[in-house]
Amino acid sequence: MSKPVEIEEAKFDETVLKSKTPVLVDFWAPWCGPCRMVAPLVDELAGEYAGKVSFFKVNVDNNHKVAEKYHVMSIPTLILFKDGKPMTNIVGFKPKAELKKSLDNAL
Amino acid sequence: MISNPVKKYDVVIIGGGPAGLSAGIYAARGRQSTLLIEKGAVGGQIINAELVENYPGFADGISGIDLTQTMHRQATKFGLETLYAEVTAIEVNGKQKTVKTSDGDFIAGAIIITGGAERQKLGVPGEGQYTGKGVSYCATCDGAFFRNKKVVVVGGGNVAVTEALELTRFASKVTVIHRRNELRATKIVQEKAFANPKIEFLWDSAVEAITGNDFVKKITVANLKTGKKSVMDVDGVFVSVGSQPATGYLKGILTLDVNGAIIVNDRLETSVPGIFAAGDIRSGSIRQVVPAAGDGAVAAINAGKHISE
Repeated sequence: MSKPVEIEEAKFDETVLKSKTPVLVDFWAPWCGPCRMVAPLVDELAGEYAGKVSFFKVNVDNNHKVAEKYHVMSIPTLILFKDGKPMTNIVGFKPKAELKKSLDNAL
Repeated sequence: MISNPVKKYDVVIIGGGPAGLSAGIYAARGRQSTLLIEKGAVGGQIINAELVENYPGFADGISGIDLTQTMHRQATKFGLETLYAEVTAIEVNGKQKTVKTSDGDFIAGAIIITGGAERQKLGVPGEGQYTGKGVSYCATCDGAFFRNKKVVVVGGGNVAVTEALELTRFASKVTVIHRRNELRATKIVQEKAFANPKIEFLWDSAVEAITGNDFVKKITVANLKTGKKSVMDVDGVFVSVGSQPATGYLKGILTLDVNGAIIVNDRLETSVPGIFAAGDIRSGSIRQVVPAAGDGAVAAINAGKHISE
């Protein structure tokens, strides 16, 4: 099962924006309860969408420039990127069924 | 047509906050087959708390998420099963009780409802549009995005004032906007807030609108005594105006009070024998983690008695 990969902002353009497959980025921080709640659901989605969507995590504590660039002001925020463009913004904890729906609509 | 056999449990717990987890520990350790159903992830409202300072046994405090994850591990160790699904209805047919969920139906010897409360929204123009763009419901999560910015906290309870204090670590100024002229928060929290030079208070006031461009820029505040309206420049609006019991699906099945909370007797049993309610969802709850956990234990013990009767 594939798991989301933690990346730093220096690698963001190369891994996320230039990706041929759609990418879901989980903006999170260790001190955020809802982020830790949503994490296992994102892990499961990474398995279910393997091959179709790549999954990455960005810790906003160390990477506030990229968070700012995509107007992340509330975490967890999940953003789906397609061809380098943000397609959908999921803010706050959402049950898995709702995450899947948002993801499917944007794909 | 083949129908799936409906699974039976001694105890079905609806909701995975501190009340449900505590009920899970007691019921599972009491050798009842126990299922906990949670629609999101376990933890409840307290997961937003950076530090719980008043839970007995943790002299240095513990984060809400660590506290509830430990409770869940403890309950699971005794045999609690957890299902992530949404409860859509409870059916009572004589002594038989069925819990219907998005993931199948379950027959229960006793049901413990610990669905807690959901954070209320302000219900003003701009709130939805700016959620995640300056409007937040979790200071612990989002405070760091407001470094050197001006924010307001709407509300005067424990959660609101604690969040105002947390926000002073980042924001240049925190204004607490409250409908009344005194706080509901406990004294120790009030004292800290009044002593903090970054916190200001706007009494007898309510936010009427949130405006901006891509992000929040201004709010309109009305003084409830004079009716006078004013516009304030702000970067962030943290909403903490209380919570509402999550009992929508229980109307017509259980007796609720005027606020929608479940009415219980001193055994925490509802108007239907064998159905119990614990924590913030029950009428008369003081909405704290310690009594919620206590409630869960009481409900689980009485649920056990109901089953063996």
